[in-house]
Amino acid sequence: MLRLLFHTELSLGLAQATVVAVTATLVAILASRRGAHLQREIPLALLRGLVQILLIGFVLAVLLRGPWWTAIPLLAGMVLMAASIVRTRARAIPETYTLSLICLAAGAGVVITLMTLIGIIAPEIKMLVPVGSMVIAQNMNIQSLFLNRFLGELRSHTGEIESALALGASADTAVAPYLRSAFHASLIPATDNLRSLGIVWIPGIMAGMVLSGSSPVYAALYQFVVLGMIFTAGGISCLTATYLVPRRVFTRNQQLRIRG
Amino acid sequence: MTAPALECDHLTRIAPGEIPARPLVQNVQFQLERGQVLAILGPSGAGKTTLLRMLNRLDEPTSGTVRLNGQDYRPMPPQELRRHVGMGMQRAYLFPGNVASNIQYGPTQCGAPLEAAQIEALLEQVGLPDYASRDVRTLSGGESQRVAIARALANNPEVLLLDEPTSALDDVAKQSIERLLSSVVHARHLTCVWVTHDHAQARRVADRVLLLEAGQTIALGSPEELLRA
Repeated sequence: MLRLLFHTELSLGLAQATVVAVTATLVAILASRRGAHLQREIPLALLRGLVQILLIGFVLAVLLRGPWWTAIPLLAGMVLMAASIVRTRARAIPETYTLSLICLAAGAGVVITLMTLIGIIAPEIKMLVPVGSMVIAQNMNIQSLFLNRFLGELRSHTGEIESALALGASADTAVAPYLRSAFHASLIPATDNLRSLGIVWIPGIMAGMVLSGSSPVYAALYQFVVLGMIFTAGGISCLTATYLVPRRVFTRNQQLRIRG
Repeated sequence: MTAPALECDHLTRIAPGEIPARPLVQNVQFQLERGQVLAILGPSGAGKTTLLRMLNRLDEPTSGTVRLNGQDYRPMPPQELRRHVGMGMQRAYLFPGNVASNIQYGPTQCGAPLEAAQIEALLEQVGLPDYASRDVRTLSGGESQRVAIARALANNPEVLLLDEPTSALDDVAKQSIERLLSSVVHARHLTCVWVTHDHAQARRVADRVLLLEAGQTIALGSPEELLRA
């Protein structure tokens, strides 16, 4: 129907975005009546997402004509932004921004660099930016889930953690079950994505490759590669966090800083 | 002359990160000989738990220190300190698994797990013989608290800190846990600091009483002097 009303690509895209944004806002309003207070967060997130993706569209239009190395500052900027978004999910943990930055760099940063060097990601800006951004974005989600879940575990198991400390356990030992639980929970979406690949969903990158003329079999294989990279990056960043988090939530004298 | 088993020297703790500074505990001092029981009494928010948590360094004193047998606790590694100073909390906070694995927890941390017979002896001491393989989810509140006491004793501490250990229990369990703790403390000749809000309990269990209000010592003396019925 929209295609009959809007004839240029830009006006059609704006109309489609408006319809989706209005629908999502309606859902947020309905959800708020059930006690989930999303009526402010969702419209703001939608507006922010729209402006950002439009801006990146314009930036990409310019950058895609540039040399491959322009992808490096662009991806580095994405990692910096991702770390600041992760921070908002676990502000109670001291120095969350630095922590997230290190974990994202260790996960997404290492995976993107390594895969480019091996030749899995072609060293071309039109490959590096979209594939790299996908890995960074999913890594950000996994990292947010990890820290958010860990903070919840810490607050709801303060008694058990302090009992362990009182029995002479080290901070690392006292908190280990809750780091494991957060690690497992944060990788559930990425694991489920791998399990349901091709059965429940056909991801965008595969559809895009098929539309742009690649063989469907190669597109399918490459989609698997991208999901594997996402899982690996997420796993590395959470593993890094399991080593770094205890130092931030305990004092030098093994006292819990954050209590329920 | 031997040094006191436990000495609290001008302990003070200021609430972290609050402006203006709010003292939680101010300048508290006392000395306990080996085997003595001190009851800390006071209204809610008096700083009883904060004072107790500073004794095994779960909370850091802003100033002052604690001495164990005359030794300042600040240079001691916190893990080692906490093995010498056991703690029982309001709730048992048992770890998932069975009773034996909970009792093994402390000794395993220092690489000296207990023999099955030692676990059984501890369980007999707290009145739970043959409970070693029981899943902790199947225990009542009183049984859980008994396991928590056995778990603290498994480290063979010299000092035992008790933070209202009977306050979350029903009347029957409350009396039996109080009797158990008193007998264990006397049998092992433990130095004990027992936080309670119950004056009658303090009269029954303590050799000395410290009355705390707004973080400050109001009185320190014998139960007979301070807690007339």
